[in-house]
Amino acid sequence: MSLTIVVCGSLVPDPLQSLIPMPTPDGFGLKNEMMLPHVLDPWAAHALYEAANLAKKVNGKVYLVSLGLKAKLQQSMMTIAQKVPFELVAVDASHSGFSDSSAVADALAAAINSIAGLDKSSLLIFGGWESASRAAGTTMQIVGEKLGIVDQFQGVDEILLNSDGSFQVLERVEGGTHQVSVCSGPPAVLGWATGNLPEPPNNPQVGMLNMRIVMPAIQQAKPATIKDQALTFHNVEVPAQRRQTKIVKDTPVPEIAREIVEWLRL
Amino acid sequence: MEMLSTLPSDDIRAIMWRYSDRFDLQMLVHSVRAVARGPVAQAVANGARNSHDWTEEKANLLNAFDTSGITSLFMEPEQGGYIAGPKNLALAIAAFELSWVDGGSATGSLAGNLALEPIHERGTPEQKQYYMCGAVPPQPGENRKILRGAFGLTEPLPFVGVETGLLGGKVRVAAWNEGEEPLLQVDKRGRFITNMDFANFVCAAVESDDDRIKGTCMIIVEEDDPGLFDRGAPTLKLVHQLSSTRDPIISQQVPAHRIIGGYTIQDGIIVPNYNHSEIIEAVFKRTRVTVGLMTAAKLLSAVEPIIRYQRGRFRGGNLEPGSPRYELGIQQKDDALHRTVTIWAMGEAAASFGFEGARLFDELAPLEDEKFKIFNEQGIRGGRAEFKALKAKEKKAIEYIQLKAKDQTQTARYAELESDPLVKYVAIDSLANVLCPAIKLWNTGQGATIMREAVSLMGGYGITEDCPGFLGQKWMDAQLEATYEGPEAVQRRQLTITLITPVFQACFQTWIDTLKSIAQSRPETGAEALATAMELWRYTLNYLQTRKDTHGVKLWGSARQGVTFPMADAFSWLAASYHQILDVVELALNGPNNPAVVEGLDSTIAFFSDLCMIQVARAVGEAGRVCTELFYGYEVDGHDDTEFIEFKTKADRLTAGAGHARDRAGVALTRVMIPEALDYPQ
Ligand SMILES: Cc1cc2nc3c(=O)[nH]c(=O)nc-3n(C[C@H](O)[C@H](O)[C@H](O)COP(=O)(O)OP(=O)(O)OC[C@H]3O[C@@H](n4cnc5c(N)ncnc54)[C@H](O)[C@@H]3O)c2cc1C
Repeated sequence: MSLTIVVCGSLVPDPLQSLIPMPTPDGFGLKNEMMLPHVLDPWAAHALYEAANLAKKVNGKVYLVSLGLKAKLQQSMMTIAQKVPFELVAVDASHSGFSDSSAVADALAAAINSIAGLDKSSLLIFGGWESASRAAGTTMQIVGEKLGIVDQFQGVDEILLNSDGSFQVLERVEGGTHQVSVCSGPPAVLGWATGNLPEPPNNPQVGMLNMRIVMPAIQQAKPATIKDQALTFHNVEVPAQRRQTKIVKDTPVPEIAREIVEWLRL
Repeated sequence: MEMLSTLPSDDIRAIMWRYSDRFDLQMLVHSVRAVARGPVAQAVANGARNSHDWTEEKANLLNAFDTSGITSLFMEPEQGGYIAGPKNLALAIAAFELSWVDGGSATGSLAGNLALEPIHERGTPEQKQYYMCGAVPPQPGENRKILRGAFGLTEPLPFVGVETGLLGGKVRVAAWNEGEEPLLQVDKRGRFITNMDFANFVCAAVESDDDRIKGTCMIIVEEDDPGLFDRGAPTLKLVHQLSSTRDPIISQQVPAHRIIGGYTIQDGIIVPNYNHSEIIEAVFKRTRVTVGLMTAAKLLSAVEPIIRYQRGRFRGGNLEPGSPRYELGIQQKDDALHRTVTIWAMGEAAASFGFEGARLFDELAPLEDEKFKIFNEQGIRGGRAEFKALKAKEKKAIEYIQLKAKDQTQTARYAELESDPLVKYVAIDSLANVLCPAIKLWNTGQGATIMREAVSLMGGYGITEDCPGFLGQKWMDAQLEATYEGPEAVQRRQLTITLITPVFQACFQTWIDTLKSIAQSRPETGAEALATAMELWRYTLNYLQTRKDTHGVKLWGSARQGVTFPMADAFSWLAASYHQILDVVELALNGPNNPAVVEGLDSTIAFFSDLCMIQVARAVGEAGRVCTELFYGYEVDGHDDTEFIEFKTKADRLTAGAGHARDRAGVALTRVMIPEALDYPQ
């Protein structure tokens, strides 16, 4: 069975940075957002690694559809492109945790539709079930709907292909358990949780190969506007005391748990 | 006024250090960084440095290097590498990123390349093919052992050290049957040889102990060659413990084709095509720049942990958020800020200086190949003949340098000079012969000194293993960087010779002109003060070169290290500062074209300009002190010092405003946004 897997993944500021919401002339944003290093959204990154792993097994093909500012996309590709083989489809649009997921999904669906020769009968759409920038958990569902793909799974941790073309999916449900579903075959949308794969090491050889397509794709990225005029944020704030980064060595797990509980009680 | 908002991004660095148009190098930054801030940092945090032994944890780093492409970086694509063409800049970036976390890890990776360098530079085609391809990690499905090498030059006392001519290692003919290849007996004891725990081949420098072999050579011995391949005792080093160092004892028999660069047989005598000096000169010529960048990385890596420590110093007690003491901590005190700024400014200068050196050697490499080809065709061989052939191109090289600096690259004359590879070679080589030792000397020596300041700023924490950013370890590590691949004396000695060549002096004049022109548009960088200090230095140099001391002994010469060495130091301060300014000008020129850096660019440039000014003031001071000591130091009766005083006073006066620059930069440090935590363990 041959598969085409389209992974939707956008960029988010590196979570290690201080992320301070503030009003900008263009609505809400993060302090110094353009200057902060960006990474592929961690949820989407898991989806990408799973996609590459699956594609390798079935000799399939992976597209990464990414929406972001060209310059930021280019910057982040220096890392992402070294992880796994894929073909980039870039959409040039300013986007952040304050963009509306429906507008983003529109742009992503349009970009997916523009991929030449895409056969929906062997198509899996992957993405993060939520994102590190907004975590609304709605983008992938809307992308699926726009593409007319109704088999959707969210919080996915595993996909297993069966020889008859069907596949089994593990979705996260309450209490650390999974729901097991069997889907008769593509097309389907899978919004990934963390999956099971570690982050692949950087492989410059893969990077050099990817880059041959990545760079032109960025240059030719079609501009899109995803700003929803009707959407305004009146106020945004990080809950006080919410973030306290502390680095300590060799602390036993029960001790860490105790500290977290104590901190939550504050 | 808008202030520096964030620490400089990778995009800004790519512009300043001139690889924004090379995605291969930008990718390299990330692949090496992931290893450095991942397994390397983890190993350091786990205490892997606390052992002289080659532990499993250290050995695992080799795997990390292999899988991330660090090992194969040195090789050409056809040999299994992935970057085509000269790789000095690429190797420099790799060393910089590794050393940002741990110098020993950088040394471990570089030493493998150092072992391959003699082969790469002077090896026969067969040697290159075998060793370069063999050093690429086996690909899935390939069944072979990776070749890992060591560079064996230094010997136990009283032999090779700074003086590389005092060879104790010997080579003799073990057997030589009529019509067959000679078998050679190699006896070499090494001292402080990196990679010796796992190297399966060693490039050893040896001298003939046999009438049937001429002179010296470098020769390859392999682990499995018959005889003794004793890895020797581990070096009990205080630094760079993630690299392996031992004192090997080698007594083996190898076929004569292991002589690096091959040999001929003349009148029944084996004549190596290259003696060991020719080879090590070619090797060290480039590898020393990389070492300079290792120390530069340390200085820049210290900034973030210091700021974080200073800001958070008093948090956690009864202090309320919002109070100055809570928010700024030690940053309330301007001495702490100013010293941090000094470290940052030195780091900028060292990085700019080092990366320029690396780029220059990339430019030189193809010209050197051309030179070889031409000399081969013309039958020019041997030091003196080559020297003569190149000397004949000097005048044209000077003209070429001048036209290029005056932006007359469109002229027919320039095109004519440009089309002569030997002219270009002489022009660039003269500069490279200055930059390489100056970078190694200044970055590592002054870097080690300034790392001590960084440690100081962290208080007691600084001198513990737990210090964020491993600053204490980096301080000590910097001292090794100042020592291996030739201690400071070696670099100063080389500068004594290369600084005074007419070709370099022509180049130096263009530096002064460039600075004067920058001073018109960017006076805030201190460019004019620096230009004047350069004039002072040159005036002093001319004076010293033409005068005798009161005892009638010439002041300039290889026997007057007391004069020549400080002048080399003074020069290096000026040169580092110069390249720092050039990179800020580059950022101002090309930053606006990159949308990823446009936001906040002006304030970044303003901050970097302040760092330039601070560094210029320091360089003017250091160079001025040296010039004064030497200009007056050997005169008893007094001499005409009108011009000297003019230059000196002018340079000093032109540093006006440096204090304000320092204050501004200090305030910027109190506002700049830093990440919530360091991106590597501690
Ligand atoms: C951890 C480590 C790893 C190393 N790795 C390698 C390796 O892989 N391969 C290898 O071949 N070597 C290696 N070395 C050796 C290193 O390159 C030498 O230690 C270095 O070149 C200096 O030689 P030396 O120690 O014998 O110093 P010496 O020659 O004894 O010099 C000591 C000092 O004396 C003074 N001095 C000596 N000669 C002069 C002079 N002519 N003019 C003025 N001053 C002078 C200088 O101040 C100099 O610093 C390594 C060393 C260490 C510590």
